[in-house]
Formats: sequence, structure tokens, C-alpha cells
Amino acid sequence: MKLFNIFLGLALVTAAQAQLAIQGGSVHTMEGPAITNGVILIKDGKIEAVGSAESITIPEDYQKRQVPVVIPGVIDAHTTVGLSGILNIDADQEQLEKSAPIQPELRAIDAYNARDPLVTWVRNFGVTTVNTGHAPGAVISGQAMIIKTHHLNVSDSNLSPFSMVMGNLGSKALASGKAVPGTRAKAVAILRAELLKAQGYLKKLEAKDPDKAPDRNLRLEALVAVLKKEVPFLITAHRHHDIQAALRLAKEFEFRLVLDGASEAYQLVDEIKAAGVPVIVHPTMMRSYGDAENLSFENAKRLHDAGISIALQSGYEAYVPKTRVVLFEAAMAAAYGLPREAALASITKGAAKILGISDRVGSLAPGKDADLALYDGDPFEYTSHCVGVIIDGASVPVAKR
Amino acid sequence: MTSAFRVALIFIAFASLSVAEEEITRAFTGAKIFPITGDPIDSGTLIVRGSTIIAVGKNGATEIPEGAVTVDVSGKVMMPGLICTHSHIGQVSGGDSSAPIQPDVRVLDSINVRDASVRKARAGGLTTVNIMSGSGHLLSGQTIYLKLRKGETVEDLMILDTGGKPRGGMKMANGTNSIKTAPFPGTRGKSAALVREQYIKAQAYQKKLAAAKEDPGKAPERDLAMEALVEVLEGKRVVHHHTHRHDDILTVLRLREEFGFRLVLHHVSEAWKVAPQIAAAKVPCSIILLDSPGGKLEARDIEWRNGAELEKLGVVTSFHTDDPINDSRWFLRSGGFAVRAGMSRHGALYALTMAGAIQLDMEERVGSLSAGKDADFIILSGDPLSVYSRVEETWIEGKRVFNLADPEDKLCAVGGEGAGSPRLTNMCCFDFPIK
Repeated sequence: MKLFNIFLGLALVTAAQAQLAIQGGSVHTMEGPAITNGVILIKDGKIEAVGSAESITIPEDYQKRQVPVVIPGVIDAHTTVGLSGILNIDADQEQLEKSAPIQPELRAIDAYNARDPLVTWVRNFGVTTVNTGHAPGAVISGQAMIIKTHHLNVSDSNLSPFSMVMGNLGSKALASGKAVPGTRAKAVAILRAELLKAQGYLKKLEAKDPDKAPDRNLRLEALVAVLKKEVPFLITAHRHHDIQAALRLAKEFEFRLVLDGASEAYQLVDEIKAAGVPVIVHPTMMRSYGDAENLSFENAKRLHDAGISIALQSGYEAYVPKTRVVLFEAAMAAAYGLPREAALASITKGAAKILGISDRVGSLAPGKDADLALYDGDPFEYTSHCVGVIIDGASVPVAKR
Repeated sequence: MTSAFRVALIFIAFASLSVAEEEITRAFTGAKIFPITGDPIDSGTLIVRGSTIIAVGKNGATEIPEGAVTVDVSGKVMMPGLICTHSHIGQVSGGDSSAPIQPDVRVLDSINVRDASVRKARAGGLTTVNIMSGSGHLLSGQTIYLKLRKGETVEDLMILDTGGKPRGGMKMANGTNSIKTAPFPGTRGKSAALVREQYIKAQAYQKKLAAAKEDPGKAPERDLAMEALVEVLEGKRVVHHHTHRHDDILTVLRLREEFGFRLVLHHVSEAWKVAPQIAAAKVPCSIILLDSPGGKLEARDIEWRNGAELEKLGVVTSFHTDDPINDSRWFLRSGGFAVRAGMSRHGALYALTMAGAIQLDMEERVGSLSAGKDADFIILSGDPLSVYSRVEETWIEGKRVFNLADPEDKLCAVGGEGAGSPRLTNMCCFDFPIK
């Protein structure tokens, strides 16, 4: 056994990259104020130490790299990259299955193409972690998962193979013709009915007599995870009345709600705050049409000012461009009043907290995964470039754009 | 007082104010000015009389006429109003998918100038736009050039030529968007063949028109489609051609070579692959910058360095929003991203203004800040190519059409409750032409 441990240890060391020392003109740890002339030591894929240049001695065998700006690897709290492929042809669009309005059993891990060029595209701007999965467009379209963007296969240590159940209330989730649901009220009714079923299923599961165990039901199993608060239920809702419906459902069924999109959330600040619900705010540059026609570029700022937990997202894009870049959306939120550090947090630490992965990623602190994004200037400015991406302590090639 | 009478009085009051406006001379002093056709001026003065710029120069070195209203804009940045060479604002529509080539269709017959998208475009600093129908046809209709004046009807926004006709171009497209089931083409070869066939017909029609000049009896029956194509053949109507892939770009150049029409290439996603050919043909380009490639096969290889590559070879390059693809309020961002990818700062600002003016045959009137040109300009809070800068005011022909300090205008600029409505929240029945 001891011998085995030694071998395992050797294997890890061999697999890990050379130890790194990143020297940043400005280091945004997200654990405190930015450090001017900071150093991050990286060992075996993890952050070993973070501090000012004076406070840290760089061991001789560490590879050094100097860059103007360092932030934690960017986290996109809600995207569909890997499912909504770059070409936008039937063969590469896996984000929405329209055969039934409620299908929480559709797993993101069965749909994610880690090698789609758009995954590389967002990584090139510093995005190291994505919460990706089924898109809005059905009352429940499926599941999401969390993965780092350097993995070439879905089996490679996902941060979470099942991070959320993805729901949608609003006109995009309605069916056309005589199909169900044709109205908002009907959408909520069928959702409540399904959650009631899941409650019954859960009761049976909890019965002690094994003979009374119900037959396995994939759909209800996924909803049971929601009812047991093992995963949050994300509901995309833009109109204020759709947001209210989501809050009402969360109260009735006591699940962990994550509000998503939420264009008109600025009208419901008090209600959302009272419910203690986090919001993954729509892309700042989302098109202001349909349910989102009243979106405000100051939405993120107004929610943040009220003390509501927020993250930003790239969301889902149906056409051109096929994906947004969450870094640019945070930049625009900052330009429209979200304080700079809060805007950075909305794509790092704040996003990690909402996704439940802040023990691993989202800030630069000893023991955390060594995921870093490096820039040649203010990461939010149009003319700055991402010049380096480090994931799990390894430099990932970056095509500078 | 009846309400109708009250409204009439208000209108009279504003009508007289508008006469007074014509005479006003304003001196904007202290801003950093980008005249575009001249070097940037760190602390400048721009003088406007009525609807025209009468002087641009350094602060202190530019004489301010007596009686001029001085507007202190110290710390601000001024540049020409932005020109978008490809936009779909105003709920525009064109061809109706009944045929692939519809030159008789005029988009001016479809535009709602009171749509929220028009107000948002003013908030983005746009002053002149080329509004076009979509790319789902080989030829989807006649485009229209508009000034985004605060008007009530499309007529109020039109730009008339010396003959009193509204100015515009012709929208064409190739590649996959216009490839569909019959009567649309099924392949690229067929697409080009159908277009050539129409131009040959137009050439014959043009000949008949020429013959009728000698002998009116020989005049052909009026044909709206042929009349419009003859305008294209005679260079009176520029072809604005949607095209993405390198081979499609070359196909357009080939058709232009054959029929001699005046041309602006639009989108030109793969311009970086055929920039030398574009430059050799001396054809201007109107390009777009997207947050990611893809969304369709043809846009897979789009690159932000298109601007830099075309600039290097001297191609007259403008940007466009393709609103709603990019919201007009993010138009300046195109310039920022082009610079990020290697275009010069001057080239990017030129592409947002003067290059568009050239492509719309309006370089005599708009596109730069110089004496004699229309007083179309914007006032910014800072560097036009920074994410943190905001358009604070938009002026067209000496009138302010957007003011961020005004709550109604701020709603258009930033969004919020009621921003998507075709009617502003607190203004149910009419928009005053002047604020």
C-alpha cells in the first residue's frame, strides 16, 4: 500500500506542469484589494502562495512570468457553449429538445462537445470554467454541468456533472399551435404538477420498506435532486411577472432558486432580496427585444447595490454571434455603473459562490485550483488582450485576439 | 381652453422656436475634437450656425462670432456623428420571398421612424444610416439613406438628391442566406446566373430607354424593377452587397467587372483571405465586428483583424452595426475591437464616420467636422474607443436629437421600464421636434 502511494505521488508530480511564479503588475485576488506588484506561486496545479513581491520569495526552480494584470480564471455562470455548436446547423445544435416541455432528465454530460471551437474561443479571453447545458426554450430543457475549458473530453474531472436543472418561464418557453403549454399560466401549472409528482416520488424513495421503493424514473430523479436541494433550479425569466412566478414556485416547493436573465429584476429588487435568491444577470449587451425589451444596462448595478448576489453570463445565442464572451459582458456592466471589483467578482468569486464551487475556483488563494487569466492591460478595456491562460497550474495555449 | 386649442398653442410656440433655432450660432469650446479629416485638437472650438459647421479650430485661435451662444464642453470629446452603412432599424422590410430578385421593392415604404430602435440609434451617436432589407434574397430591394433627425415620418428623415428624390442604394446578397428552394437558387452557380440574367435584361431595357430619347415612340413600358436596375447600371444607385466567404467575395467582384455597377462589399467576413484582390479592385468594404465567429458556416472564419488587413492595403473601410445583430448603442465598440486587432486609431475613427460618408456618396456633407459640412456631431464623456465612455449628446444639422441628461433620452440610452415601447413612457401622443 505504501509503495502504491509513492507511485501515485510520483505520477502526479510527473503529470503536473513545472512550478510557476506569476508576477503581476496588478493582481486581483478577489480575496481583498488588488495587489500592486503581486506574486502568485503555483505548485502541483494549486495556488501555493499569493502576496506582494516583497512578501514572497520565489524559489529558484520556479518558472517566472511577468504580466501587467492577473485575475482568477474567468467563470461563465451560464452558457451553452459545447452544446450550441459554432456552425449552427442541425448536427451541432444540442441545446434544446422540443419533444416535451419538461425534460430534466436530459444530461449536459451527454451533449457537451468539449472540442467545439467556441469553447476554445471563450477560453482565449480567459474563461476557464463554464456552467453549460441546456438552453432556455422549454419549461425545463434539461441539466447543466460545470467543466473547465481545457478538458478535451467530458469525462475529465468535471467540477460538477450535474450542477443545475434548467427552467424557463416566459414567452420563449411557450409552445405554438395547440401544443402545451400555450400560456404562461399553463406553463406554471404543468411545472407544479411535475414537482408534485416528484414530491410523491421522493416520499416513496424515503419509505424504509425496500419493497415499496418505486421504479426508477429518470425525470423524477432529477427533480428530486431539486427538492432535496442537492442542485439549484435555475429559472430563466425576463418579465417581472415571470420572475414573480419563479419566486412563488420556489416558496411553494422550497427549492434553491437561481434567477436567470431577469431583465426586469430591477423592478423587483425588494422581493428578490427578501427571498435570498441569487441572480445570474442577462448579458449586458443582450438584444432588447421580446421579453427582454425593457432590459437595463444598469440591471447588474442595481441588483448589486441592493445587496443581491449576482453573476454575469454569456447566455444563449441563436444566430450571429453564436456565443458572447462573459468578460465583455462584465466589462459593459462596469461601464454602466457596476463597481469595477464587483464586475470582476461577477465573473470570478461571485459566480463561483452561486455555482457552489468557490472552495475550488473563483479567487486566488493558497490551496485553490491554479486557474488564472493574464492580460496586457485593463481586462475590461476594448483594446486589452488576454495574453495567457493557466488552468490547474498548466499554461494553455492562447490565440491572442 | 379646449385641449385641442392648447395643443395648437404649444405647436405654434414650438414652430416659432424652431425658426429661431435656424439662426442660432453656437460655439462649443474646450473639448478634445477629432475632426477626422484633420489632426485631433486637444482643446478645440466648433462653431455651428443653423444647421452648418462654420469653423473648427483650436480654443482661443478660433474667433467666436458676436452673439454666439457659447457651450462649455471642457473635458469632453467631440467627433462627427457616426455613420452606419448597414442597419435594419425602424422595423424595415423589403422583398417578401416570392422571388429571389425584387429591385422594385423600396424599403422606404416600410420604415417606422418612431420605433424604439431609431431612438436607440440616436443614443448610440448615429446620425446617418443606410437602412436595408435583409440578406435572404439575391436582391431584396432599394435601400434608403436617412439622417436620424427627430422627425415624425420617414420623409422627415430622408436625404434628397438635387432632383428631390430620396437617396439610397440597392441591397444584394450571395452565399447561403439567399440559397433556398425554388424559385430561389439552390446553388452558388445558379445564384450568380440569376443575377447575371437580370442585369442583361436591364442592359436591354437601358438601350430601349436610350433609343426612346431620339424617338419617344420607342419607349418601353414602364417596369419598376428594370428602372431600378438601370439606376444601378448607371451608377446612380450603389450596390450594397452582403457577402461572407472568400469565394463569394470574388464572385461579387466578378459580377461588378462584368456589369460595371458601383459597389460596397458588406460584412466581408473572410476579407483577410482576399484583401489584395479587394484592394486591386478598389472596392470599399463595410465590415462588422462580432463577439464570436460562427452562427453560420460562412461566418466561421470572421476575424477582428479584417479592419487592419484592409486598412493596410488602402481599402476604404467602414463599420456597420447590422442592427439588431449589434445594437446601434454599441457601434463605437466596433472601432475599439478593430484597434485591438491592429487597425490604427485614426483608421478606426475614420471607419465610423468618413468612410461611411464616402460609401454613401455623402462625403461633401457629412463624415468629418469641417466648415461647410452639416453640423452632425456627438459629444462623448471620454475617449471614443474606450469601454467606459458614453455618448452624452447627438446633434444633427445643428439640432440636439439626443441628450443623456434628459430622462426620456436616458431611457433610450440605458434601457429600463418602458424602453422597448414604441412610445416613450411619459409622452403618449407626440414627440416635439426640439427639446
